[in-house]
Parts: sequence; structure tokens; C-alpha cells
Amino acid sequence: MAAIIQVKNLFKSYWRNNLEIPVLHDLTLEVEEGEFLALMGPSGSGKTTLLNLIAGIDRPTRGEVNVVGTDIAKLGESALAKWRSSNVGFVFQFYNLIPVLTAFENVELPLLLTKLSKAERKKHVETALSIVGLGDRMSHYPKQLSGGQEQRVAIARAIVTDPSLLVADEPTGDLDRKSAEEILILMDRLNKEFKKTIVMVTHDPHAAQKASRQLHLEKGDLV
Amino acid sequence: MKVLKLIFKNALRHKLRTTLTIVGIAIAVIAFGLLRTVVTIWDSSVDATMANRLITRQSVSFIFPLPYSYKEKIESVPGVSKVTFQNWFGGTYIDKNNFFARLAVDPATMFDVYPEFILSKDELNNFKKQRNACVIGEDIAKQYKIKLGDIMTLDGDIFPGRWDFVVRGIYKGKNKNTDKTQMFFQWDYVNERMKTEMPGRENEVGWYVVQVANPNKSAEISNQIDALFKNSTAETKTETERAFAQGFVSASGAIISAMNVMSFVIIGIIMLVLANTMIMSARERTREYAVFKTLGFSRLHLTGLIFGESMLISCLGGGIGLFLTFPIVAGFEQAMPKGFFPFFFIEPITVVLAVTATILVGVISAIFPIHKALNTKIVDGFRYVG
Repeated sequence: MAAIIQVKNLFKSYWRNNLEIPVLHDLTLEVEEGEFLALMGPSGSGKTTLLNLIAGIDRPTRGEVNVVGTDIAKLGESALAKWRSSNVGFVFQFYNLIPVLTAFENVELPLLLTKLSKAERKKHVETALSIVGLGDRMSHYPKQLSGGQEQRVAIARAIVTDPSLLVADEPTGDLDRKSAEEILILMDRLNKEFKKTIVMVTHDPHAAQKASRQLHLEKGDLV
Repeated sequence: MKVLKLIFKNALRHKLRTTLTIVGIAIAVIAFGLLRTVVTIWDSSVDATMANRLITRQSVSFIFPLPYSYKEKIESVPGVSKVTFQNWFGGTYIDKNNFFARLAVDPATMFDVYPEFILSKDELNNFKKQRNACVIGEDIAKQYKIKLGDIMTLDGDIFPGRWDFVVRGIYKGKNKNTDKTQMFFQWDYVNERMKTEMPGRENEVGWYVVQVANPNKSAEISNQIDALFKNSTAETKTETERAFAQGFVSASGAIISAMNVMSFVIIGIIMLVLANTMIMSARERTREYAVFKTLGFSRLHLTGLIFGESMLISCLGGGIGLFLTFPIVAGFEQAMPKGFFPFFFIEPITVVLAVTATILVGVISAIFPIHKALNTKIVDGFRYVG
């Protein structure tokens, strides 16, 4: 299988009070298409930073980040935004749904950037929500849903544009055990049945077991 | 679902806050409209003056009279085409709150010098023929339901006594800002009674109104008129009607200036209120903007969302305010003593200014939140804890 993610000599640092704080040290990594990768490590190890760089929502200090055939470190802001909208689906720990929009409207959001007609958008949204098992909750607002349901809406939003890569930052971190299990089963299904490449950051060893590969980060290095 | 729908939903997210902001903007626009109306109406009394009319008054103050004998001398000045004169009568009509100008005038020349007061030939002839006849503006006629032939009784103060006038004419205005709230009667009639009832006060006029053939020579003619009466017991001051009217207005100038400034200060205050609302809303949505950016929404999309919400709130408030300004201004006019303002209407410029202010408030209030939303990095947005 071809590598969908190629990270070479990736270095990332932040500046705080004129002091450079390195987060990732010359990191090199490849993720193959269809892989389900779990990134583990203690707080501050740089796993979320690595995920953000792979997803194109942060920029490296230096190094190459080649994702879905594009060196995203070289893209301008608007090109990167366009690239994200068509190649990456995002799942966050705290779901990050828009509270004034219904489940349907939240899932529809990424499709507003496409040229799809209203009817086509409706079809896509209904499909995505039925995949996550929320076909009957389309008109519900986030506050009317449980945490697990909110996360499933977020997953539906992540897959509605049919991206090849899903990135998930602690997707079960805010859920009870039962809901977390349901989310993990859903992600496993997305990986196996829908052939999505998934990169998931997690603290939870049980969640990491669902992945086909586990990588550990410590102080900005892969161990 | 479209961006417009999202703008509406965002605006209604905090219903109470949005409602209060809209009400605030509406009140500000009403206050702006009301103050601007008073200021422009006040100024329009100056605008209504004619360039070819000069006013000759007593040099100390217009409250001191001038001798009637000056008329012929003024008429003799080259460039003067016609001279008329007036006396401020004062007095009370029915109630002290019924305020409108009552002037003793020269019926032979008055309507020639003031062509903006339109009176039919018959009515003018009737006015000239009858000693105690009077002519009133159509607004007065409407307000007090007076028709031709009715008697108007004034209780005199400057000219004491009971004065009965027969309405022989009702004049119309040539222009929208022509004062149609004046009452004119014959100076001769007042003068006759002064001769018998208050000897020593006869043959006095309040001021002369001088019509000139060439307005460009007003300054020269004014100097010539004043030179005629230099070192006399009643020296004169001649100035354009505009300057004379400005003199009246300037007596209240400080208040009018304050009202003028206040009308814009109100807009400034409401701009800060809306800007504060927008900044609070944008800060609360820092994470959401990060989500939008993550999903691929561009800077233009975010700008549209914030700008749209700011404009929606501003335009709703401004629209409601402007809509209510009309009945409120009408109510204000009713609440004022009758005839306090010779005319009272919202000038088109006031509407234009209110609309412009509403748009400006919406635009300026959106600038800071847009700048903040666009320049916050996605990762920093996700770290934000509201």
C-alpha cells in the first residue's frame, strides 16, 4: 500500500516570552492508506501538535508534511483551507458542534463549500447520519443530544465530504465507557468498511487497541 | 441551510442581548431623528429667507421701534424697489400656549415684498378695505378651525386692550418651508388706537423690510440706509434678512449647537454598544470560528458571518427606530405649545443621515471582531476557554 502521510524531519517549536520551546524533534513518519494509527503519549509529548500538522491546521517550523499527495507545508492559507475541506475529516474531543444548528445542519456545513445542489447535499447528509446511526435525530440541536450522540454527529460531519483521511483528537476523552465503546466501534467500521485512513490521538490504551498500529510519543520524539 | 440563515441564528443566539441592543439602536435613531429635526427646522427659518430682502431695525435692538417717517427716506435710496414695515404685536389668542406670530403690517406693500405668502386677489382686496381685517396662514386656520369671516380676538400686552379682527384672507405657502402660522393685520388700525389710547406710541414701526432690485448691492444699500439716520435719536442697523434671522436663531444657538452635537454623540454611544455586543459574541464563538476555519471556510466566509450579523442587528434597530421616528416626531409636535414651530417635519436629509449612521454603526462595530476572528490561529482558537 502507498503512504498517504509522509512526514520527514518535522520540527515544530513555539515561542513563549522570547523563549523557543521545541515540541517535535526532527520527526519522520509514514502512514499507509487504509491504516488506523493511534498516537499515544503523555500530556505535552506533542501528539496533538503532530495531529494538527498532519491535518493542516498548524504549520511546521521546518520539515516536510506530505499528505494525500500534497506538501501541505508549502500551501498558502486559502489553498490549505480548500485542501482541508476536501481531504480531511476532523473529530474533536469536545465535538465542537455549532450549537445553533441542528444535527442535519452541522453535518451539512462542510458541503456548503461544495457545488452540490440542495437535494444532493440532503442525500449526503442523510447517508452520513445513517452511517453513524442518527438518522432519526437529524432535527435535534446539540443540546438535545447525549455526549455520545454529539460525537457521532461530529463523525458524520467529518465523513460527509468523503475524505480519505480522518483525524481524531481524543474522540472518546469526554465520553462514558459505553459511549466511548460505540464511538470506537464506529471508527473501526469507518476504517474497515469505508476504507478511511484514521489517525487518532488518545490517552486510553483500550481505545488504542482498536487501531492497527500504535505509536508512542515522548517529549517530541517517537519511541 | 445557507450563510444567511446562520447569520440569523447567530444573531438570535442570545435573544435578550440582541433584543436589548436592537432596542438601544432604535432609541438612538429616534433620538437622532428628533434632535436633527429640531435642529434642521430651526435652521430652515434662516433658509426660508430671501436674498433680495433687507431688514432695517433700531441699531440697539429690534425691540426698540423706529419712526414711521423713515419709510419715505428709505424708499429714496437708489436700488431700493419697495419698502414695507411690521410691528411685533404679541398678545394672546384664547390661551397663552397658543403661540404664533402676530404682526401689524402695511397691507399695501406686505404681499408684494413677501411673494412666498400666496393670497388671492379678492382676499387681498378685502384685507386692504377693512380696517380691522386680518390674514392668517392656512396652518393657523386648520389648527383653530377658522374660516373667512370669523372673528379672532386678541388680548393685547405690548398693545394693551381687546382686539377683534375679522378674518378676510387665508394665505398659502409657496414653498414647503414657508411659515404658514402667521397672523397679519393692518398697522393703521393699531396705530389709530395707539393715538387715542396711548398717546406717544403712535407712528412707530418695529422694523422695515426693504426689497432691493439687485441682491449683490445689499451691503452698499444697507450702508446708505444706515447713513441716512446716523446721529439721529433712532439710528438704524440694516442687514440681510438672512443675517437678521440668524440673529434670532443665534439667541438659541448654544442650545441648538448642543443638540446638534448630542445627536451625533448618541450615534457614537450606540456604536460602542453594538461594537461591545459584537466583540462579546465573537469572543464567545472563538472555538466555533476555529471549527469553521478547520472545515475549510475562508476568511471571506468568516467576514461575511460577522459583518452580516452586525449589519442585521444594526439595520433592524435602525429600521425600527426610523419607522417609529415619524409618529414620535408628530407626537412631539403635538406636545409642544401650539405653533411653537411654524412647521415641523422630518427633512429627507435627516432620513439619509439616520440610514447612513445605521450602516456606519453596523460596519464599524464589525471591524474589530472580524480582525480578531481572522487573525486567531486555528490551534489557538481550539485552546480558547470562554
